[in-house]
Amino acid sequence: MASDRAITLRVNGRSITTAVPAHRTLLEALRDAGFVDVKRGCEKGDCGACAVLIDGVAIDACLTLAWTAEGRTIVTAAGLGKDELHPLQTSFIEKGAIQCGYCTPGLLIAAHSLLAMSPDPSEDEMRFELSGNLCRCTGYSKVFEAVKDAATKMAAREAHHD
Amino acid sequence: MTDVAETTATLPNVVYHQIGKPLVRTDAPGKATGKTPYAGDYVMPGMVQAKVLRSPQASARLVRLDVERARALPGVVCVLTARELPDRLAPTDIPGQTGQARLKTDQQILVRERVRYHGEPLALIAAESTDIAEHAMSLIDYELAPLPGVFDPAEAMQPGAPLVQGEDNVVARHVIRKGDIAGGFAAADLVIERTYRTQFIEHAFLEPEVGLAWVDENGVVNIRVSTQVIEHFRFIADAIGVAHNKVRIMGALVGGGFGGKEDITVEVYLALLAKHTGRPVRLEFSREDSFMGHGKRHPFALTYKTGIKRDGTITALDARILSDAGAYVYLSPYVLLYAAVAAPGPYRIDNLNVEAASVATNNMYTSAFRGFGAAQACIAYEQQMDEIADALKLDRLELRRRNYLKTGDPIATGATVPSAIWTERCADLAWQALGERKEPDGPLRYGRGIAAYQQSYGRLTFLHDTSEAWVGVEVDGTVIVRSGVTDIGAGQASALAQIAIEILGVTMDNVVVYNSDSAVTPLAGTTTATRALYMTGNAVRLAAEAVRGRLLARAAQAFQTSAEHIELANNRVSVLDNSARAMPFAELVKMCAADGIQRQELSIFRAPFSDKLDPETGQGQAHPDYTYGAHAIEVAVDTETGEVSIVQSIACHDVGQCINPAAVEGQIEGGAAQGQGYALSEEMIYRDGKLMTPSFSEYLIPTAMDVPKVKSIILESRSGLGPFGAKGIGEPSLTPVAPAIANAVVDAIGVRIYDLPITPEKVVRALQALDGGSETKSGDGGTVNR
Repeated sequence: MASDRAITLRVNGRSITTAVPAHRTLLEALRDAGFVDVKRGCEKGDCGACAVLIDGVAIDACLTLAWTAEGRTIVTAAGLGKDELHPLQTSFIEKGAIQCGYCTPGLLIAAHSLLAMSPDPSEDEMRFELSGNLCRCTGYSKVFEAVKDAATKMAAREAHHD
Repeated sequence: MTDVAETTATLPNVVYHQIGKPLVRTDAPGKATGKTPYAGDYVMPGMVQAKVLRSPQASARLVRLDVERARALPGVVCVLTARELPDRLAPTDIPGQTGQARLKTDQQILVRERVRYHGEPLALIAAESTDIAEHAMSLIDYELAPLPGVFDPAEAMQPGAPLVQGEDNVVARHVIRKGDIAGGFAAADLVIERTYRTQFIEHAFLEPEVGLAWVDENGVVNIRVSTQVIEHFRFIADAIGVAHNKVRIMGALVGGGFGGKEDITVEVYLALLAKHTGRPVRLEFSREDSFMGHGKRHPFALTYKTGIKRDGTITALDARILSDAGAYVYLSPYVLLYAAVAAPGPYRIDNLNVEAASVATNNMYTSAFRGFGAAQACIAYEQQMDEIADALKLDRLELRRRNYLKTGDPIATGATVPSAIWTERCADLAWQALGERKEPDGPLRYGRGIAAYQQSYGRLTFLHDTSEAWVGVEVDGTVIVRSGVTDIGAGQASALAQIAIEILGVTMDNVVVYNSDSAVTPLAGTTTATRALYMTGNAVRLAAEAVRGRLLARAAQAFQTSAEHIELANNRVSVLDNSARAMPFAELVKMCAADGIQRQELSIFRAPFSDKLDPETGQGQAHPDYTYGAHAIEVAVDTETGEVSIVQSIACHDVGQCINPAAVEGQIEGGAAQGQGYALSEEMIYRDGKLMTPSFSEYLIPTAMDVPKVKSIILESRSGLGPFGAKGIGEPSLTPVAPAIANAVVDAIGVRIYDLPITPEKVVRALQALDGGSETKSGDGGTVNR
């Protein structure tokens, strides 16, 4: 067994210090630290259920070694909204985009990453960017509706702030 | 995207305040904010982590199993092999509260001597950490001596084939016979015979099997687990040798099921390890464990021989059905029975012979999967309908119209369906919605297909199914629903809330549902067989109506009128036609409390009970009722690459009554996506029993790139047996999709591929064969013109 090393991760605005061996994935480290909204689906980057934002970009936590995330900003689905729900969360709820919900945290993260890059994504862009997140319940139709709806809400909010 | 057709209901219109509205599901906010704990998210002090060691061979004798080095590893708490277990079996029979005698079909908990499938568990390990448990697995030393196996059900039926277990590999047979089969074929102008084949399929729920078990201060084994069936507690107790009231199953919101969490998965292992270690034990399957650790959808070979008159009337059907049960029986006999009952589909065929067999092999065992045999039958009967139409040069919808079952007609088992049969309307609407036909575009060829279906909802009536629920009102006017039903993602719990608030006249923010605890919530049965809304929805309706009756009586007294003149709606109690006379709902509940009027009710709903089908003829009642509908598909086939893309996917179902239309659409869209995977990309490949597709890199479920926007046309006959006339839609939404796609591919390229999935390789080969001028059809048999 490799010896453990203390690392500090910044997750959802909190700092957590944890001792991990070098082979510990970010998925395991986050779940062990109580961030269980990061879901384990395949542990090999096929399904996207464990996606988190690292410095704003969606990354599969199962393919990331925990120590490589030191000093970077990590956001999980539970960290998306601050005092109120994030528009993506509201839209997923209102549009019926959630069934069993196990893929939902990863989809929210992937959608957040997409909208940061492309605030008004085309259908093709949306399909491509969300294709790393498998969902077995919804058939994706309502997920697309929700992401489009959130993009509209966020654009309106931006306009309001301008 | 929905068109709810203007009501053409068979019941008079009534105004609902909550039913039929796309309300936000009770479980949605928790899931969207990451607050909802799933079974794998629970931890306990002193918890140990478990692993399962599996056989790398499919058919072998266990010669030696040495776990001493693993036991000696620091941090290993317990290693169990068959030697440490009492000689008990893990039950694999149909779950739930039925009092029926069980099949003798059980599986060994751990391999004692004989390995029957790839992945069969050899040993269980519990350790202080997952890392240590994994290390310990590598220290277990064992020797397997290969034994001859059998991997094809047709071969397994032959005399002299290696026996999987017992004295016969045939684990079940069903027949359905009615009318005059010879006379029916004699009256035919044309006979068509073909064989259609389907593949092993994996449920691929996103949440792998997981649970946490501990023994409490009363000696009760508690298991928090991801399951569709909390009532396995009885089987688990039998397997570990304790009384039934010493096992408690607590569900959690389930991360997808589709039938794959209908059988026991991790529960018996957890219970044994918790008892042996005296500590809380957590077991989570990896994805590979999950692919190896639960039953698959049965591959079927269905040989259909149909006699037809020139005008398109079907005169006879002879269907021979063979399914691969794999290494253990599990639910294979029931899946086979569903296929036999569904064999003629939504068509009236008075001269019918169905002979069905399910046969054990050393492949992975097969069991429940959304559609449950009826889906495989649909793949055969709907492809055959298209072949008949082609042979007669008759329009595909017109051929179907001439043969549909009509409301009141007898189905295959001779029973009549108690609800409306709207197949024709559904198929016509779905087909019309495809719009104008598209012309070929470069290498792309467009084609369209239709498939209609009949799919039961509710369990087999000879199982005497019941469901219980409790509804109560608090003195502040809020409502509590308690029921054991598990919520596997379709909004089962939320639907119960919506039913209760409709009847009690409150709003969705004033109801909480407690579900899925075998010791605390009233036993509701399984979330399987498209039964949760039908059965438990009715139990909630009965309980809520009982409470409502008492509330109305008290309100009538308060307003000095009769109960029929009181309305409960939107948290208000009012006198009809006199809105000035009203009070808050909470006020009425307080009056009841002050008078000692009972504000709760526990109700039981009983499905229709029947005897088993006649074993010689298959006649009798099989299911409570059936859902009918159709799916229309447009594909684009790339004739250079063989790739099939779905251009349009249009569903039309008569759901009886939407409780929540958004949830109904969700079922339909999800069923369309799963059916697409079934038709085009998904296959669990076993070579000599060994799994070749152990991850999502090899087993390809549809992604966001693959599934088109699904259009749902929802009809409401209000004729179903569920609450408010609802029928079930969970399984029906999947059933017609794959055959509609198969038919659309033929329409595009002019050649049929008889074995699913329709992969690019098969399409290219079929096109090459067509170009070569030799018409090869892999469907056995042929067309005989008489």
